[in-house]
Order: sequence, then structure tokens, then C-alpha cells
Amino acid sequence: MASDHFAGWAFVTPGVVIILLFGAVPIVWSAVMSFQRNNLLSPSTPFVGVANYTQMVHDPIVVQAIQHTLIYTALFVPGTMVVGLFLAVAMNRKIRFISFYRTAAYATMAISTISEAIVFIWLFDPSYGVVNYFFSLVGIPQQQFLNSPSEALYVIVAMTIWGWTGFSVVIYLAALQGIPQTLLEAASIDGAGPWRAFRRITLPLLSPASLFLAVWLTINALQLFDEVYLSTQGGPLNATTVLVYYLYNQAFQQFNFGYASAIAYFLFLVIIVVTVIQFRAGKRFTYYRS
Amino acid sequence: MTVTSAPARGGISGIRRQPGHGDAPRARRRRWLPFSPWHLVLIPATLVLLFPFVWLLITSLETPAEALRFPPVLDPHVIRFANYSDALASAPFVRFFINSAVVAVLTVLSNLVLCSLAGYAFARFRFLGRTALFAVLMATLMVPFQVTMIPQFIITKWLGVHVLAAAGIDHLGALILPNCATAFGIFFLRQFFKTLPLEYEESARVDGANRLTVMIRIVLPLATPALATLAALTFIDSWNNFLWPLIAITSTDQMTLPLGLATFQGAHSTEWTLLMAGNVMSLAPMLAVFFLAQRYFIRSVAATGLAGT
Repeated sequence: MASDHFAGWAFVTPGVVIILLFGAVPIVWSAVMSFQRNNLLSPSTPFVGVANYTQMVHDPIVVQAIQHTLIYTALFVPGTMVVGLFLAVAMNRKIRFISFYRTAAYATMAISTISEAIVFIWLFDPSYGVVNYFFSLVGIPQQQFLNSPSEALYVIVAMTIWGWTGFSVVIYLAALQGIPQTLLEAASIDGAGPWRAFRRITLPLLSPASLFLAVWLTINALQLFDEVYLSTQGGPLNATTVLVYYLYNQAFQQFNFGYASAIAYFLFLVIIVVTVIQFRAGKRFTYYRS
Repeated sequence: MTVTSAPARGGISGIRRQPGHGDAPRARRRRWLPFSPWHLVLIPATLVLLFPFVWLLITSLETPAEALRFPPVLDPHVIRFANYSDALASAPFVRFFINSAVVAVLTVLSNLVLCSLAGYAFARFRFLGRTALFAVLMATLMVPFQVTMIPQFIITKWLGVHVLAAAGIDHLGALILPNCATAFGIFFLRQFFKTLPLEYEESARVDGANRLTVMIRIVLPLATPALATLAALTFIDSWNNFLWPLIAITSTDQMTLPLGLATFQGAHSTEWTLLMAGNVMSLAPMLAVFFLAQRYFIRSVAATGLAGT
């Protein structure tokens, strides 16, 4: 066993050094920084207590950013789950062209957030965009979309739901294929229609996958950045300023490292609280077969 | 009633066929159409999913004048391939592609090596500090990148100035080094190694093989599916990463595809045909890799979901 100590440390050291240096040390460091004044104006970095955190409470943009982040999450997460569930159920059968349909959904997974955002800016362009053209065909007046403070956030919801469709389809399809056909056959023999069988058997058996998706998508939604950076830069009139965008802005455009660290820790807290609530609530309705 | 109608959990290759729900009642209802009514749902859904790709491709081949017309021109009269050469002339997309490929491949390889070593040690060896060290790694897993990015930026900058310029800010190494081992990779492989039977390893040890030989010759071949999954997930993450390159890279010749494309968009935000041509060139390689290795990618993504269930 003595040699295990040496072998153990020899095996783990390269990977662990990297993770400690770029993962663990920064966690502590940014916690310390969140209690310091650290910006380009001051050469020293004095401790200022909880000043950075109290500044957040009085910062109207932080309040807006929290609102936008929560509205975005509340629309994006259920939206993606419903779309994914619907398509996965439709695709979970042996019909012609099924692999074509599935591949079309999966393809959205292969596209980067930046590529996705560029395509959607063009689709939703107020002057030449094809979405406004489709709207005009059904008599809806021209919309300003990303240029409109009241619409921009919803366009970002739409583009990210599209981008995550493939992921949620894969997760739900995998879970659907794990459901034993015998259960559904038994329900059918007992006289349950397809809708009843879906509500009473399929949906409960999918609940672990639903919980996973809800948690995973929420964590990603709370960290929304790429699409906002590319399409609106937080505008118009801060209408799409979400927490991580404001954090980036404070850290790498204003160079307020102290204040940005406080926002980062606040984001971390929000993620932990929301995740814990989801797992608690999930326990009530999640059904594990094993 | 046959037991075989229950498909295995692993069967989500996207190709594997199995009977739909309650075949018997549906067969009766289906008769009013010569095809499954699900096509009526799937065809419009597929059109919506594919339309952004199609529109992207059409615009990338239009003349700038036709792209700026309302109502939009759905079938361009002139196919203009010159958009692609124009895009290549105004931004080094080939360079971006090479940078992305270098970063992604090196990140995947180093993750496979470092996470295998550490994951195997955490799974099999008993050494001083193992539990504490593993707990620290797991703690870092929960923390979002935004919390660590500012110190990571400062550390990377310092490393570039004082230790190794190639790993500093504005060098490709800055995109590789911080991600060349991940707590997720170590955890994921450790979990897999723990499921392997001990007997082979023990008998090889009795025959005098050392720890490293046992791992390379016996454990890693058995772990190929897990290694492939980790490789696919790491590749996607690295290829699509945007926030860290945005912070760490400023020179055009060090940019990866997402960052290069975003910068290109910033400079040509109203030249739609040029933008779309650049966008097609940026997403085509990943789309091609994805289609070629679709089974691997799908299985890997599904594995993350099934691990949670």
C-alpha cells in the first residue's frame, strides 16, 4: 500500500494542479476580491467590507438585470422542455423519414451560439427580415424585434429555444426509449386511450429526464451571455441586459473587478438557490422506477 | 407478450427502430390517411427547424442588392459565390478554423490523458489526502465560470509574462491550458472506472505489471466508450466556447471561429451576404463532423442526461 501514495499523487498531480490553479484558487480569489475596491482608478486594492454588495442593491441596472434574467429563464426553460417533449414523442416511432426528422432536430446542436445569433438577427431584421415578411402575409404589422425594448428579450428567447431543441429532443428521446413497451401495452389492453396512457404512464416515467432538463437548462439560462453580446449588447435601453452581460461589462469593459466579483458571487448564489428549489420540488413529482 | 419489445436504455443511436406506443389501436385509426398522421406534425416542425439553415444558405449566395429587398427574394436570380471569396478576403476564416481545430484537438487529447490518470487514481488507489482532494475537485464543479473568470484572466496574464508567453493572454495556449483537465472529466472517468471488474487488473498486478501499464493495457481499452463520450463532450465545449476567448484573445490571428465570426459581424453588421457566407464557412466544419459522428455525439449527450436520471 505504501507505493499507492506515490503512484496516487503521481497520477493525479498534473490534472489536479491545473484544476486547483484555474478552478479552486480563482474561487477563493474572487471571493476576496468581492470585498475589495479593485478598479483601474485606484492603484491599491483596499478592503471595503460589503460595500460592493450594498452597491448592487442600489444599482438600478442590477435590479433590471435580475428581472430580465428571471423573465428569460421563466420563458426559455419551459419553452425548450415543451418543444423537446413534443418533438421527441412525435419522433419516437417507426415511420418513414424518421431519421431525417431526427437529424433535422439534432442539427441545431451542432451550431455555435454565435452562428445561431447571427442567423436570427438576419431572420428578425426589422427592415429586410423574412419574419416580418411572414408576418405581413398574415396581416401582422412590421415589428422592430431586436430594436424594440419591449420585444428584444423575446427574440432572444426564441433563438435560444431553437438552439437547444436538439439537446432536449435527445434527452427526451433517450428517456422515451427506456420506457418498457409492456407497460403501454398493458394500459392499452385495460382500455386507456393514447392520451391517458401518455398522462398516466409516459409522463411520470419521463419525470427524471424532465428534472434533469429543468435543472440543466436553468443553470444555462441564468448564465445567458453569447446571444445578448452578439445581438443587442444589452440594449435597447438595457432591455436585454442580463446578469452575466452586466457582469462582463463591469469586469472587462469598466474594469471594476471588485464589483464584478460581487455580482459573480450573487449569480452563484442565485444558481444554488434555484437548483436546490428545483431538486426539492422535483422530489415530489419525480418517479424513479428502480 | 414478449419481453424483447422493451428496448435497452442504451439504444438511442437515432437509428435504432422500435414499435411506437400501443400499435394496435393506432393501426385502426391510421386508415383514413395513406401515411402516418404524425407526418402532419413532423413536416411543419422540421421546416421550422431547418428554415434558419436554409435561409442562411440562400442569403450567402445572393447578390447584396437582392438580399436588401423587401419582400425578401426567396429564390435568387443570380447565384453569387463571390460572397465567399469576399468574406475570405476580409477575415482569415481559414486561420480561425485552424486555431479552433488546434485548440479543440489539444484540449481533447490533454483531457483524455490527464483525466484518465487522475480518474483512475481516484477510482483505484488509496493515497493520503485522496478524499479531501476529491472533495475540492467536486466543489469546483458546482461553481459557474463567471465566478472564476476574473482571477483566471489575471493568472493567465501573469503566466504569460513570467512563465510561458505561449500560454499567456492573446495566445492560443491561453485557451488550452486552463481547460486541459476538468473536474467533470476526472469525475466522469472515475465513475466509469469504478464499474469495471477488478479481476483483470489484479491478475496483471500479480504478473508484475506496474500501475501505469495496467491502466494503459487493460483499463483504458475497456473504457473506450467512456473516453469517446468525454472526447465528444469536450470537443463540443471547446469548439463553441466564446466567453473565455472573448476575454483572453484580442489579436485577429489568434482568434477561434466563434470569436472571429463575432468580430467579423461587428465589422460588417449590415453586409448580410458577406456575413452569411462567413457564417456558413464557420459552421460547416462542425456540422460535417457532427453528421459523420452523429451516433457518438447523440450518445454522449444522452449519457449526460441518463447520468442525471
